[in-house]
Amino acid sequence: MMYSPAIIAEAVVNGLMTGAVYALIALGLTLVYGVLHIINFAHGALLTAAMFAVWIAYDAFGLDPYLAILPLTPLFFGLGYAVQRLVIGPASHGNDSNILLVTLGLSITIENALLAGFRSDTRTLNTDYGFQVVEFGPLLLSKPRLIGFGAALLVTVLLWLLLARTDTGKAIRAVAKEKFGASLVGIDVAHVYAVTFGLGCACLAVAACLLMPTFYVNPRIGQAFVLVAFTIVVLGGMGSIPGALLGGLFIGVIESLCGLFLGDSLGQIGIFLIFILVLLVRPTGMFGAKA
Amino acid sequence: MTFRDIAPIVVLIALLAFVPAFITANTVLNFLVFTLIIALAAQGWNILGGFGGQFSFGHAAFFGTGAYAAALLQVSLGINPWIAFAIGTVAGAAVGWVIGYLSFRSGLRGSYFALVTLAFAEVLRILANAATFTGGAAGVLIKLDVRPGNFQFESRGTFFWIALALVGSVLLLTRWIERSRFGAQLVAVRENEAAAKALGVDTLRVKLGAITVSGAVTAAAGGLYAQYFLYVDANIAYGTWISVEAILAPIVGGLGTVFGPLVGAVALHGLSEITKLAAGSVPGIDLMVFGGLLVAAVAFAPAGILGLLRRSARSRGAARHA
Repeated sequence: MMYSPAIIAEAVVNGLMTGAVYALIALGLTLVYGVLHIINFAHGALLTAAMFAVWIAYDAFGLDPYLAILPLTPLFFGLGYAVQRLVIGPASHGNDSNILLVTLGLSITIENALLAGFRSDTRTLNTDYGFQVVEFGPLLLSKPRLIGFGAALLVTVLLWLLLARTDTGKAIRAVAKEKFGASLVGIDVAHVYAVTFGLGCACLAVAACLLMPTFYVNPRIGQAFVLVAFTIVVLGGMGSIPGALLGGLFIGVIESLCGLFLGDSLGQIGIFLIFILVLLVRPTGMFGAKA
Repeated sequence: MTFRDIAPIVVLIALLAFVPAFITANTVLNFLVFTLIIALAAQGWNILGGFGGQFSFGHAAFFGTGAYAAALLQVSLGINPWIAFAIGTVAGAAVGWVIGYLSFRSGLRGSYFALVTLAFAEVLRILANAATFTGGAAGVLIKLDVRPGNFQFESRGTFFWIALALVGSVLLLTRWIERSRFGAQLVAVRENEAAAKALGVDTLRVKLGAITVSGAVTAAAGGLYAQYFLYVDANIAYGTWISVEAILAPIVGGLGTVFGPLVGAVALHGLSEITKLAAGSVPGIDLMVFGGLLVAAVAFAPAGILGLLRRSARSRGAARHA
């Protein structure tokens, strides 16, 4: 079978657009890993929760998903802060494998609470711009996904500025490097952990708002994203922000191309094989420091 | 192993063997057989995760291999189900060895090991769901043909005994591991891998041994599942649900103990039945409780139910002496 260059180009561009939102999801994960040195298994379930929040905002209050970014981002920041401060921190007694299990427990609880509350129905938003397209040379691009692409890049830059230029960012980086030293110079480590976790959740809220105009939500949807996000984080190097962005774009393109050549049911397998290969061959990723 | 090591296991299994004499209700027996299958899968996880400290998040890879091997060998190749079950168990051991060899040789541990096992299980799930010889998304149906030689029985009680016999054998196996040199080395790897290595323990070989045995036991649980429900598909066999069940039971029951997985599986599924009775048929409510219990167990009872019992027994003993 032959594929015309236009079809392949379109798959690549579509992959880049999906990849930018993947990158945003992975950004939250990699930030939490870089600072707390834990893998947050609840990341996918929290994304599902955020997507339901967008759906509720639209369905019950008629709030446009892009406007929902304004209330939901601080809301999820607060939620993340509270979860780390009140649940993960105290429950794990500072032990890494405990954190792994606590976040796994959280993810099971959140996912099934959503299942109990909303049942397993799939829900979508019916915005009037959901199917609008933009002509871009020979390519037809979905308008909401283009917006998602731009917004995801913008948030990445903002997050990077926050870490690089603000006092909070400096404190976060200090804790990531050496938490004992940071606490000696007067940084409240538990607070910084919670802020970092909050930022990770805030990224998810933005990602959910950008996804919902073209995507759907059901209680299990987070699982589909979380493994992809893990792959991106491992590929880009755990804790690396540019790594998450490039990894996200790369994985988006790979998934899109695998879907084109292998069909939908096998499309995701390319991602997992890359994931396993990277873990086995170079677990520090493309941009990660030596573990 | 001494008589005192074995006696509690023999007594417990002998007592449980009388259960079908008193309980004949099919729903209750179904519940008990299912709980024993989960306990068996969890016993497998516990050998690697509890004793070896290597937390796999993808034991579905073994459970599914055992289930698919048992089902496909008899359906597609006409092999006797008992032999198919045995081959499935060996296949689980082989998959365990391969995953272990690839990931331990690359030095993966902690979160990285959890992630790579999760990914292996997902790859197998996607493949089983897409391939034609596995029946694709439609799954494999084992034909109903009730004959003992065919691993199908008139009474659910017989199946209960078989599941119980397997759980009992793995209790003995786990006790043997606990008392053996291999078990001591495995615990040394869990407590401090670098120190174990420095003392001359071949840590790669020890971890490989643990994941191979672990894979075989969990695969046996998968084979038993296929034989009991006579149906397998990718989301049952390789789904994340069984990976989660296999982690939960030992942690709730008592991580790295002989009886932990069995106690945990009974406690969790007992509780899940109670929640279902209390809350009606709200989907997900039982798993919601499981998740909460996992967090609570890690927070307040790191040694699980058995740890709590031991602690309360000790404090009662101390009170008596005072």
